[in-house]
Amino acid sequence: MSKKVSLFATCVADMFFPQAAESAYRLLRRQGLRVDFPKDQICCGQPSFNSGYVDESAKVAKELLYAFEDTDYVISPSGSCTAMVRDNYPILFKNDPKHLAMAKDFASRLYEFSEFFVKVLGVKNVGAKYKAKVTYHHSCHMSRLLRVKDAPIDLITNIEGIEYIELPENQDCCGFGGTFSVKMADISNAMLNEKIENVMSTGADILVGSDLSCLMNISGGLSRKGYKIETMHVAELLDRGLRG
Amino acid sequence: MTKSDFHDRVSEALQDDFLRGAVKRATNRLRTGRVNQLKTLVDFQEWRERAQAIRSHTILHLDQYLETFTNKVEENGGNVHWALTAEEAVAHIHRICKDKSAKSVVKSKSMVSEELHLNHHLEKDDIEVVETDLGEYIIQLANQTPSHIIVPAIHHTRESVSDLFSEVAGERLPAETPALTAFARKVLRQKFLDAEVGITGCNFAIAETGSVVLFTNEGNGRMVNSLPDTQIVIMGMERILPSFIELDTMLNLLPRSATGQKITTYVSVLNGPRKQNEADGAKELHVVIVDNGRSRILGSKYQEVLNCIRCGSCLNVCPVYRQIGGHAYGWVYPGPIGAVITPLLDGLEKWGELPYASSLCAACWDACPVKIPLHEKLLELRKDKVKYSGNAAEKMAFGMYARAFSSQTQYALLKKVGRKAQIPWVRDGKIRGGLPAPISEWTKTRDFPALAKKSFHERWRELKRGDN
Repeated sequence: MSKKVSLFATCVADMFFPQAAESAYRLLRRQGLRVDFPKDQICCGQPSFNSGYVDESAKVAKELLYAFEDTDYVISPSGSCTAMVRDNYPILFKNDPKHLAMAKDFASRLYEFSEFFVKVLGVKNVGAKYKAKVTYHHSCHMSRLLRVKDAPIDLITNIEGIEYIELPENQDCCGFGGTFSVKMADISNAMLNEKIENVMSTGADILVGSDLSCLMNISGGLSRKGYKIETMHVAELLDRGLRG
Repeated sequence: MTKSDFHDRVSEALQDDFLRGAVKRATNRLRTGRVNQLKTLVDFQEWRERAQAIRSHTILHLDQYLETFTNKVEENGGNVHWALTAEEAVAHIHRICKDKSAKSVVKSKSMVSEELHLNHHLEKDDIEVVETDLGEYIIQLANQTPSHIIVPAIHHTRESVSDLFSEVAGERLPAETPALTAFARKVLRQKFLDAEVGITGCNFAIAETGSVVLFTNEGNGRMVNSLPDTQIVIMGMERILPSFIELDTMLNLLPRSATGQKITTYVSVLNGPRKQNEADGAKELHVVIVDNGRSRILGSKYQEVLNCIRCGSCLNVCPVYRQIGGHAYGWVYPGPIGAVITPLLDGLEKWGELPYASSLCAACWDACPVKIPLHEKLLELRKDKVKYSGNAAEKMAFGMYARAFSSQTQYALLKKVGRKAQIPWVRDGKIRGGLPAPISEWTKTRDFPALAKKSFHERWRELKRGDN
């Protein structure tokens, strides 16, 4: 593939989990792709959009549209940021024809990490080897809005040496929900506690996910409770399995 | 941050382990039943799309279908009463009961009557009102309101029901379902025979024939609409379908989505009062069509929510409802549908927090048999809330966010300053507390990650160099 592939790291990965974006980058490179990182990118605008602040979101979202104007594929290690562009940019720019057109074009080139590997590249096995017991958190935006449910599981279960255990009640939200986690902190925490019980019931060594914000929430709760279980993005697990 | 009534109700619910256990067990049973039962439909998504099209078409032509329905009911010998407000609806029902010198009224489940506080108004006038749906009867004895659209006593267990019934019985009843239902049956049987007026809700009204259709599981609905001489049906103005052909789709989807049943035990169809040559049925039929805020939703960006068929499946899959139950929502309709329609029917000024009682996980939309995008409607409500009564501090915070996250220079500076500022609070790459609100809400129960030593933007140059 000689097309130009760009990485959209997302602000959460950029600020808090750069290693996840780095792993995604290495995996894309291993597929023989030329990968670049347009430096004007920041954030998709989701935090303000989900709180009802449309103008503020449009301001942030426009920067992203211009940052990726000139690429063939954009890959993001985040289900929710991808869903934000696909589902909510048309709402955000409905009265702004110029940016609406740009947003539609951007959405047609944007893929979530696992989705890109399985649906576009046709790669379910990256050739990684790693011995660990793993469970997976299906983020709501991944499974319900993007309808990407099997792709990350395919990538994980094809790692040689992985024992995959399905997370009970895996359809339930972890309680993050952006500002929901602070606005409705008590409810959010009750949801998180149920998620943590389910995660711990699997006996897994690693909790894998496709959305760093959900992982930030779950790992924050796990570490506060003193549970020793690693949390990481799918790309990080694959990368680890390739680096040995 | 001052705590509101909503937050108080949530705190109360979260501390009630009994309630949370009961709700979790019941919703688990209902949502598993739903998933299993939907497999018996060849293509659920196709059914949903058909159902969505039927409901959207009906709501778009609501005036026309309501007119046809009204004419047909009158042709069949029934009476139709229009109520713009809850007060008007109560007045109609009150007048009918007075005309019949009613002392006793039996009811079969109607959520709309909860909107009207009907029981309270009738009881004030010394008219006894008895709820005959088992769940409704339980909460009536407990002096509560429903906490679920179709399973109103979802927050009760056999043990708590046994306590309530034992008090009425004057003796200790065992906490066993057969004994408890037998007791309710015995008490209610006499009530059916004594009542002058029967009041039911309405699952669907059929425009073409002027019929009212009720889905029930206990048989009490049939008693209510056949034993008393006067029958009152209360229906929300949106509960209409063009004909029996469209009912077929709803009949396949509603019970499956609600309780995981292929079909409810009883499907009753009322075609007007008893005719001259007929042996039984009510002698008089009154249909009260209630607006109570619904027409304000018509033609607005929220019109789709009138498609709701009140199956309650959004409640059963909602992780928020699962934790706090129905009463915390504060009004008649709980769960995701409640978080949307309560502010629409009763005012966003009063119910401005409800649209935020969701993590926007979209499980409700995924489960909805008529495909209402409830998560999107919640977002619309948040937008409206911000527009009309925004919080100044929050607005300022998002203004700052928008400036910092739309300029590479400011964003880089923010990360740089943040990394220095966080130092006193960081232990092992985590922040355990000490930050100002709203992040302190997070760190009460969860660790917050420290900003990475080098952001990905800063790492990029090295990565690129390593590759070449």
